[in-house]
Amino acid sequence: MTGNHPLAAESETYELSVNGRREQVKAAWLGESLLAVLRERLGLPGAKNACEQGECGSCSVFVDGVLVCSCCVLAADAVDAEVTTVEGLADGDALTDVQQSFLDAGAVQCGFCTPGLVVAVHDLLDRNPDPGDLEVREAISGNLCRCTGYGRILAAVEAVRDQRGRRSRP
Amino acid sequence: MRPTAVGTPVDRADARSKVTGTACYTVDVVLPDLAHAVVVQSTVPTGRIVRIDAAAAERAPGVLGVLSHANTPSLAEVPTFPQGPAGQRRPPLQDDTVNFDGEHLAVVVADTLHHAAQAAALIDVAYDREEAVTTLEAGDELPPSGIFGEAPDSVRGDPEAALARAEVRLDATYTTPTEHHHPLEPGATVAAWDGGRLTLYDSTQWVSGVRDAVAMTLGMATDQVRVVSPFVGGAFGSKAMVWPHVVLAALAARHVGRPVKLVLSRAQMFTSLGYRSPTVQRLSLGARQDGTLTAIVHAVTQQTSVFEEFVAGAGYISRSLYACPNVAVRHRLVRVNAPTPTVMRAPGEAVGSFALESALDELAAQSGVDPVALRLRNFAEDEPQEGLAWSSNALRECYQVGAERFGWERRTTEPRSMREGRHLVGWGMASATYGVHSEAAAARVRICADGRILVTSGTQDLGTGTYTTMVQVAADALGVPVERVTAALGDTDLPPAPHSGGSQTAASVGPAVWSAALDACSKVLALAEQGDSYAEILTRHGIEFVEGRGDARPGASASRFAMRSFGAHFAEVQVDPELGEVRLTRFCGVFGAGRILNPKTARSQMIGGIVGGTGMALTERTVTDRRLGRVVSPNLSGYAVPTHADIPWIDVCFIDEHDPHVNALGVKGIGEVAIVGVAAAIANAVHHATGRRIRDLPITPQTLL
Ligand code: FES
Ligand code: FES
Repeated sequence: MTGNHPLAAESETYELSVNGRREQVKAAWLGESLLAVLRERLGLPGAKNACEQGECGSCSVFVDGVLVCSCCVLAADAVDAEVTTVEGLADGDALTDVQQSFLDAGAVQCGFCTPGLVVAVHDLLDRNPDPGDLEVREAISGNLCRCTGYGRILAAVEAVRDQRGRRSRP
Repeated sequence: MRPTAVGTPVDRADARSKVTGTACYTVDVVLPDLAHAVVVQSTVPTGRIVRIDAAAAERAPGVLGVLSHANTPSLAEVPTFPQGPAGQRRPPLQDDTVNFDGEHLAVVVADTLHHAAQAAALIDVAYDREEAVTTLEAGDELPPSGIFGEAPDSVRGDPEAALARAEVRLDATYTTPTEHHHPLEPGATVAAWDGGRLTLYDSTQWVSGVRDAVAMTLGMATDQVRVVSPFVGGAFGSKAMVWPHVVLAALAARHVGRPVKLVLSRAQMFTSLGYRSPTVQRLSLGARQDGTLTAIVHAVTQQTSVFEEFVAGAGYISRSLYACPNVAVRHRLVRVNAPTPTVMRAPGEAVGSFALESALDELAAQSGVDPVALRLRNFAEDEPQEGLAWSSNALRECYQVGAERFGWERRTTEPRSMREGRHLVGWGMASATYGVHSEAAAARVRICADGRILVTSGTQDLGTGTYTTMVQVAADALGVPVERVTAALGDTDLPPAPHSGGSQTAASVGPAVWSAALDACSKVLALAEQGDSYAEILTRHGIEFVEGRGDARPGASASRFAMRSFGAHFAEVQVDPELGEVRLTRFCGVFGAGRILNPKTARSQMIGGIVGGTGMALTERTVTDRRLGRVVSPNLSGYAVPTHADIPWIDVCFIDEHDPHVNALGVKGIGEVAIVGVAAAIANAVHHATGRRIRDLPITPQTLL
């Protein structure tokens, strides 16, 4: 059916490095977003699609350590980069401090925004270990949550900040 | 029961899977050979389809099939709530008429999502466009036939005479815009046929409603349809009823002979899962000089679609919140070329309270009475409409505790009298109330020989914490730690439970779990003496497990008592006098909502409701182009929901309330009451800050400049 239909876009096979593993992306249209490839081709549903145009942050992942909305990045552009998704944050069965703090603080409701928020909070606290209240709010304002009203998410972030701060101070 | 789990801040049972990204929502379901469907929607608000050309789409790469009215079998209508589970009675793809912009006209199925989307863009539709009514103001007002079984109009006493005699009188019109739920997970369905049996994975508040609606539409026996929905990415009413895309997924899967996943886009969410109708509310208050209410007339106009009726009882709150001898409530509808509206968080009360609680604030200002004192003066000792005693009512405590926590006595009366730097500061408050609802529900509790306990019920967890609270209830009934108990929900193969809406899940399913656990417990104890553990008893008898069943239904108390949750909201805003920007800087909500099963999940749910109300007050509005009848900017930039940076620290407090009448657990339900009155509290604070009374939501910088 595909044959030489004008819409049978050129497709290519390429490799991505995701959560430390080499993954083959086979015969893919080069216009596919990183989010689509992660979810539809690589079996990594942690990053969510809630707007597909960079407005909600549910699809947040790291590309070479930089926080991106994976719905707005072409997968093919990430070929030589290291991609980290929510599935790749923790070591085995352990939770990261951010994940544990979301759980402890009750920052999770429906959870659809949670993977994106967990990734975004890791990004914030790795860049800025001691953010003030306003910096926290601003940094994660690109991650919409319709359930929690943000109160407990903020509490979770501040708990990790304080706990990391205590650990780094002798 | 010696409660050790209920009432304590137990961690969410499902949190681990959610923070690691492994919780499987409908949009994440993958089945072998899964195909993808994309919906094509109308681009005119009314008219006829003169041509729908799918030839190019059918030839496009990867396409497996296209459905439109040209090749869709005839489908049965499903009644809308409360007669039936549908959100829209009219089934999809049945004829050539178009009733609103964004109506489903075709479905394209392909091997990949990309191919389906690409082909969907090739469907060519030509219309014969007709004259449309695109706004509430443009149509004729009609009386609705009923509101969830209640009369749309009611009169107690003689409001007109009382208004004519009133020492203080207020007449004002308040409006609220179209609002959308926008849960983060869009509407989504995966359909898989196995011969004549259909399995649907669906993002829904009502698995058995989906089963019944789809079976009815397709003319199937209900036992041939199974619906599975373990995780729902938010709903707020948008998934309470069954919408046409669900049946489209089932039809598409049958058409192509493969399982099909259909996910709505964010833009399609504006026309596919209902919305909160805009309202125009005319309110007249009569009062004595001291602020005692003598008359309330609350007349509400809302919109519905041109082909069916949905109406929320926005005016009803005026009948039951305050003691007032003379009250008239009236509801009218205008038919608009728009989708059918639906329930949205506290349907009725959320918008009705904006008008009533704003008007009370205006009355307070006019009569020179403090807003809290005014409400206390009009406190209803009994339910005023039916004259029944309250099962419990902590409203006075809510005012008192809220005022203390907020520091209300430091409020200066005059508008524009409080400042912080160059910002005007305002403090406002409002009351909240929402009815206690429950329906018949069933549950099973299994005690296993290895000591594990499994709770099952065909209810749903929308993010509200049902998995966690039902585990707590079973743990306490059996006297075991929560770690030993797990719950399985969201499946029509499990014991039947009602839709998760109207804040009724804990109050309906909780008592069923409780009695199922007691039943299981008594079955084990029948085998042996007390003192041994369940596991020891079962192991000694060589029994793998015992299972208890529980059924619960609303008790007889409902006819003897009036049952409602109550609350009080206190808001502080800062207004930039040059930019007209309103920032919420402090908020306190206090609630009397019966027993709180889990303060950790409950607190977060209340904050979420308050922030939903903040969105109503300050940012949320769906704008429709009057000429095109089309939503302008159908995305999360065009429809602004509050973000982290918009929200201050929010203080939430529950009054310790023991209500022996509502149900065996003393639970009233909390999901809706949190949002009721929030928009009014904020609007009242804006008035206190600026002296400007804004009667039209949302309060944007444009409205203040
Ligand atoms: S899905 Fe990428 S930002 Fe919303
Ligand atoms: S928890 Fe539901 S959107 Fe954030």
